[in-house]
Amino acid sequence: MKVFMLGWEFPPFISGGLGTACYGLTKAMDQLGIEVTFVLPKMVAGGYATHVNLLTPQSQGFTTAFETTQLRNVKFRAIDSPLQAYSSPDLYQRQIEETLRQKRKMHAGAAAADESFSPADYAGDMYEEVHRYAAVAAELAANEQFDIVHAHDWMTYPAGIAVAKMSAKPLIVHVHSTEFDRSGEHVNQTIYDIEREGMHAADKVIAVSNFTRNIVVSRYGVSAEKVEVVHNGVEDNGRDDWNLSQAGIEKDEKIVLFLGRITMQKGPEYFLYAAKKVLEVMDNVKFVMAGAGDLMHSTIEIAASLGIGHKVLFTGFLRGEDVQKIYRMADLYVMPSVSEPWYCPAGGLAERRACHNKQPKRCFRGFAACAES
Amino acid sequence: MASVCFYFQVHQPTRLRRYTVFDKSDRYFDDHKNSFVCRKVANKCYLPANRLILDLIRRFEGRFKVAYSITGILLEQLQQYSPEVMSTFDALAETGCVEFLAETYYHSLSFLYSPDEFIEQVDKHTETIQALFGQKPKVFRNTELIYNNELAALVESMGGFDAILSEGADHILGYRSPNFVYKPQGCEKLRLLLKNYQLSDDIAFRFSNRTWTEWPLTAEKFSQWINNVNGNGNVVNLFMDYETFGEHQWEDTGIFDFMKHLPGRILNHPDNDFKTPSEVIGSYQPVGTVDVPHVISWADTERDLSAWLGNAMQSNAIHELYRIENKVKKAGDEKLIADWRKLQTSDHFYYMCTKYFADGDVHKYFNPYKSPYDSYINFMNVLDHLDSRCSVDAMGENFFDLSQNKNPPCAQVVG
Repeated sequence: MKVFMLGWEFPPFISGGLGTACYGLTKAMDQLGIEVTFVLPKMVAGGYATHVNLLTPQSQGFTTAFETTQLRNVKFRAIDSPLQAYSSPDLYQRQIEETLRQKRKMHAGAAAADESFSPADYAGDMYEEVHRYAAVAAELAANEQFDIVHAHDWMTYPAGIAVAKMSAKPLIVHVHSTEFDRSGEHVNQTIYDIEREGMHAADKVIAVSNFTRNIVVSRYGVSAEKVEVVHNGVEDNGRDDWNLSQAGIEKDEKIVLFLGRITMQKGPEYFLYAAKKVLEVMDNVKFVMAGAGDLMHSTIEIAASLGIGHKVLFTGFLRGEDVQKIYRMADLYVMPSVSEPWYCPAGGLAERRACHNKQPKRCFRGFAACAES
Repeated sequence: MASVCFYFQVHQPTRLRRYTVFDKSDRYFDDHKNSFVCRKVANKCYLPANRLILDLIRRFEGRFKVAYSITGILLEQLQQYSPEVMSTFDALAETGCVEFLAETYYHSLSFLYSPDEFIEQVDKHTETIQALFGQKPKVFRNTELIYNNELAALVESMGGFDAILSEGADHILGYRSPNFVYKPQGCEKLRLLLKNYQLSDDIAFRFSNRTWTEWPLTAEKFSQWINNVNGNGNVVNLFMDYETFGEHQWEDTGIFDFMKHLPGRILNHPDNDFKTPSEVIGSYQPVGTVDVPHVISWADTERDLSAWLGNAMQSNAIHELYRIENKVKKAGDEKLIADWRKLQTSDHFYYMCTKYFADGDVHKYFNPYKSPYDSYINFMNVLDHLDSRCSVDAMGENFFDLSQNKNPPCAQVVG
């Protein structure tokens, strides 16, 4: 069995749980001997991209092969594109402008401007880019052998549809979250339309929880027998050697942890309002908000204006060992998500991992997915 | 008669290093960056500018004079990273044509939050200047020329000061000119010198601006503007950052050449001279009283506190910093107190300013952080650690207190 998989992100270059989920999924498929070609957008500017790759002739102008030693049956193909997981049209716009600015700066002074750096490389808005991405993915798929097309969340649905049509292979769309999870009732109609089209075009829809399956059926009008629930798993990373004294926080103090994207879906402001109430009755407690996201700035401002800034510490986006450390430091993990499509015992990916780390001692979470607790 | 009174502000903060919740070290400051910036500014500005001023004083045989206010935390850094700058300041001090002013040692906003702390810092600065340069400052300038009636009254009550400097903001002067000596409202002895922001900013901000109608600014042109003050003013107070020379205005803008020729041009007019702030108040009587009930400063177009205290992050950070004052001082650890005081430097709060954040302007130039939010997070992480040091240090004392109490309060049980 060969799978042509369309993702957004993959460790270590992740901004949220989707990359981790894709990693776990492909790793398990790899162990089952399933061959996977994993296609993902590669940011051309910013911290992780290498312009060198972009310029090499071997890269065929638009793709570069990833190297990985762990996954023997998984092949990576990157498409140069500024699409990013958890992006929004606004963020996309800002990022495109920043990319072009950096390139102009980088190439200012060079006698002949390289044509590959023209703005035409990227579509001017995010939706166009999603479709441009689909076209490049289809072109890429023409040289690949596979039996199934598997697309993760809305940005890759048009690409999934295009590849499936071109190759006449079945399409699976994997729904990690829907527009209703991310934006509440204020859905972005364009994104909703793309999601709906992808789910309807698919031969099977995978939902990460019954909660999500219900949304797919009730809000997107997908026939129920087409939607299967596949819960995410938890991976034991075998590390248990980190102790508290390595952290700078004194132990006579309790630590409450928020770890996740700081975005509407995760309810960061509820965490702060709750913190304020706790601090009114006890002092020896600290609140750590780990993660980054589109509401980071306004969340910091809320903490400051509630006058609890000295008790709320922000870490920014954490990865690897720092994530383990912060879980160990915490006495309580609270995720006030307004919508968490994931299966319980503890909701989102971050929460699953929190519980797995044996610390913190307790987890509390938002209400949305409690149906499956 | 028009006297020109130059006062240069000389300051560099001690920048914080990146400090996360995982850190537990009491090393908060980025020694590498601070030494790098100190040496860079020394080479681009302090050394060439000091040599130029020294040459001018010698060339005009004492007729060219200037005043400096050098912050305590910069003096510490100069001694450590650029001792050669200290020796040029020594040479300047010995000419007798240079006046050193007093300010808060840590370039802090302490006046707004803790008068006690404010007085301690001014005393520390005064003693430092006296020890290093052999003169006791008689004129006071507050951080960023922050000023109101209350400050003037406090400074007068401290004794030892003859004058105070501030911004000649339009909204406090109204029709009046900054080119005279004034008396602060409610003070008897103290005099008030106000910055001529028009002429000061022509040099400090507009000098290299090619879209400015007066560009290029020459010494001849500028001295004409000074001459024009003759007959309707006594003194032109040119107050600016010393880093104007070579750092804010790079050498290739011609700023050093401009300064080199300016004194000669100004002294060409027989009615002009240069005076230090103390000489100005010795020569001219106050022409009126200036009432400043609300706080002013020399920053931005608003001339208020919004660059340091304009948003919730700034306000939260500074309130928390001063809230632990007693705890810090009680702990009695000199290093802890010094660290706490270095956190008071106004620059830390300036970095958190979100005004014009989107546009990217002068605020951004000085900011070592990517965003005001990053600087707030970093500052609060450091403050959190500093706070934890107080509790550890104070634990012994608390234990003692409890043991003396025959009716210890029950610990509150929550949850």
